[in-house]
Amino acid sequence: MDARNTKVMNRFDVTSRLIAKLKDEEAVIGGIGNTNFDLWAAGHRPQNFYMLGSMGLAFPIALGVALAQPDRRVFALEGDGSLLMQLGALSTIATLKPKNLTMIVMDNGIYQITGAQPTPAADVADIVTIAAGSGLANSAWAADEEDFERLVDEAMSASEPSLIAVRIDDKPGVGTTRRDPVQIRERFMHGLGVREPL
Amino acid sequence: MAIAEQHTSPQPAQASSAVEKTWHGIVLQTLKRNEISLVPYVPDRVLTPLIKSLHADPFFTTFATAREEEAVGIVSGAWMGGRRGAVLMQTSGFATLANVLASLAVPYQIPLIMFVSERGTLGEFNYGQSLVCRTMRPVLDSLALEHHTITRLDELEFIVDRSIKQAVTTQAPVALILNPLLTGGKVFDK
Repeated sequence: MDARNTKVMNRFDVTSRLIAKLKDEEAVIGGIGNTNFDLWAAGHRPQNFYMLGSMGLAFPIALGVALAQPDRRVFALEGDGSLLMQLGALSTIATLKPKNLTMIVMDNGIYQITGAQPTPAADVADIVTIAAGSGLANSAWAADEEDFERLVDEAMSASEPSLIAVRIDDKPGVGTTRRDPVQIRERFMHGLGVREPL
Repeated sequence: MAIAEQHTSPQPAQASSAVEKTWHGIVLQTLKRNEISLVPYVPDRVLTPLIKSLHADPFFTTFATAREEEAVGIVSGAWMGGRRGAVLMQTSGFATLANVLASLAVPYQIPLIMFVSERGTLGEFNYGQSLVCRTMRPVLDSLALEHHTITRLDELEFIVDRSIKQAVTTQAPVALILNPLLTGGKVFDK
């Protein structure tokens, strides 16, 4: 589907729709900046991991979680600018084919948080075409919110990794993650059943 | 060295086979004994025998990544999910990692285990490699990261085994630098 025919949605709204669907302690990795700010604002869950740096690594971190816990479904939320820094990760995921991994790309064509500068891809590249060309056949644009929810439902039972791209507006995130990396990591490990609280 | 010998971990029962006396055989067995089963890498000529033997052993999930920081992200996620990993790379690959070390591994207290095949010294033939090598230890030291340069086969198992255990228990990264004195390195051949 051509990106230009897709509705421009809102990151917080779309993130909230995803979180509302999670009933089985699914893991969610939030990429740097607005992506994890909106994940935080959508309601903290112990199975959420918030990145405070390492731009571009939401999908690799999620891949690691997916390989460690193949029976748990793992979602990763990433911005288009972040993904551009680590396009090779798409091929790594396509090669390993973790069936429990769903990637969601929030594409507004800008580095919103640094002053809304356009990304180099903004007017020339298509995230879904890049993903498909990287070997992720199960990649699609969400046409609107209803279609996004339908694609998430499909991904929940998919037998291969899925990528869902969402055209979003230029609004900043509505919350701010508490920047406490050790607590974020520890809570996440509790949420994944790896550790018990002290 | 007497103390080191005294505390060296017991050898596995089948320890006498030839491959386990090689540096790569010792690294593989020590990874396995420490339940490190996920090993993403960006390849390096010197690491090739280790990479081959990891691929041949079904205990390990090992694969190439496009960049070293991608591999760091993968093993970090795996650690949080309860699976241990290690990353293999070359000196030039380590040079791409300052940001992910400073913004993920160190502040989130992740026991990132890195094996770095050291190029740029003891017979380097590429000026760029020798320059990038000089950036490695200053970056490690600037973050106060534990690192060891391994030059001797008889010290390899002790250093690797103890360093993995220390990384896990102190929740801190470690870099194990495999020096040409250990591996033979890569030499100018044409």
